[in-house]
Amino acid sequence: MLQEVVQVSDETVTQIRNVLAQHGRLSTSADALAPDDDLFQAGLSSHASVNVMLAIEDSFDIEFPDSMLNRGVFSTINAIAGAVGQLQGEPAAG
Amino acid sequence: MSREVREASADQAEFLGELIEGGILLESGVPGVYGHNDTFEDIRERLAERLSSEASARGAERLRFPPVLPRRQLESSGYLASFPHLAGSVYSFEGDEADARVQADRAAAHEDWSEFQNPTELTMMPAACYPVYPSIARRGRLPAGGVFVDAGGAWVFRHEPSHDPMRRQIFHQHELVRIAEPDAVLEWRDEWANRGLELLRSFGLAAELDVANDPFFGRRGRMLARNQQAEKLKLELLVQIAGPEPTACASFNHHRDHFGSNYGIELSDGSTAHTACLGFGHERIVLGLLRAHGFDPAAWPAAVRAELWPSA
Repeated sequence: MLQEVVQVSDETVTQIRNVLAQHGRLSTSADALAPDDDLFQAGLSSHASVNVMLAIEDSFDIEFPDSMLNRGVFSTINAIAGAVGQLQGEPAAG
Repeated sequence: MSREVREASADQAEFLGELIEGGILLESGVPGVYGHNDTFEDIRERLAERLSSEASARGAERLRFPPVLPRRQLESSGYLASFPHLAGSVYSFEGDEADARVQADRAAAHEDWSEFQNPTELTMMPAACYPVYPSIARRGRLPAGGVFVDAGGAWVFRHEPSHDPMRRQIFHQHELVRIAEPDAVLEWRDEWANRGLELLRSFGLAAELDVANDPFFGRRGRMLARNQQAEKLKLELLVQIAGPEPTACASFNHHRDHFGSNYGIELSDGSTAHTACLGFGHERIVLGLLRAHGFDPAAWPAAVRAELWPSA
């Protein structure tokens, strides 16, 4: 499993923010969140996190493997971006 | 296509055989649907009274609902997203006299007559707490301290046919519901989990409390189940009745603001209420008692009898 920090594009982050704005039902605006802010602290519920997961799959045309279907992967914008990056086969950068 | 029937373990099959042989359970011909004899119902009614009196002593208000749920409520609850495989809907005939004749002929021959059946406004009750939330929401803002409801031992339906006598398609789920401020709800859930544990142990059952998850459907469900486990939102009281696995006899569920925001339940300060519910499975507890102490309650240990038949 890839553990290094995955370099993510601004475009990926914007796309994730859009999904969060539409499906996250956050108490904070998705645009106001820092990439490492805890989404569950920002009001992401368990049901909403699943809707975010499905919407990320649609938006990026990827499918999360079973091992990624957990809270950790959806806990911050960076964590989601990292998972998306891994599944898109983006090269890992230091 | 009908759902595959879950097989019983050798121990479960043996126990079911004994219950039927002993006249305790009355077979219907459908796995997971049984009648109860007088012995069974006497224990079950005593259990229901005991649970309701524990709740009433702590300020619970009794509400009772029929075992069907308005279809619109099931639709807006999210149940079909989480548990599409367990839900049951009520259908009824729509058609003219000719249709009725064809339907009757096909039914008499046990052929498929579903083309004349259309959804009604009702579904089977998926969980006994469901009708509580909208009823409380309609009251408007709650008093400070919220509410505590005893919804009683209500019939609930889950489409999961099985030859395991503990896994019914239709059974009594005795639900207690708390709707209040977040801290009060969590505290209540944990307090009742311990009260439930002590209660089952006082019945001579070796109960254990454990973190659990609901049987959510599909990939979406796997993530919900893991979230639920990680956040310890669901606790269960497990009793070894007929192996290999222990049976969950009660569950203690913290919903956070899921139902509060879904139904717009407001606290006294206008914020969204949190909710929790406890469900005691009447049939499973009675089966646990019958397995542990035998089929003749008159011969049960005096300490156990005193818990259920206090005046006898």
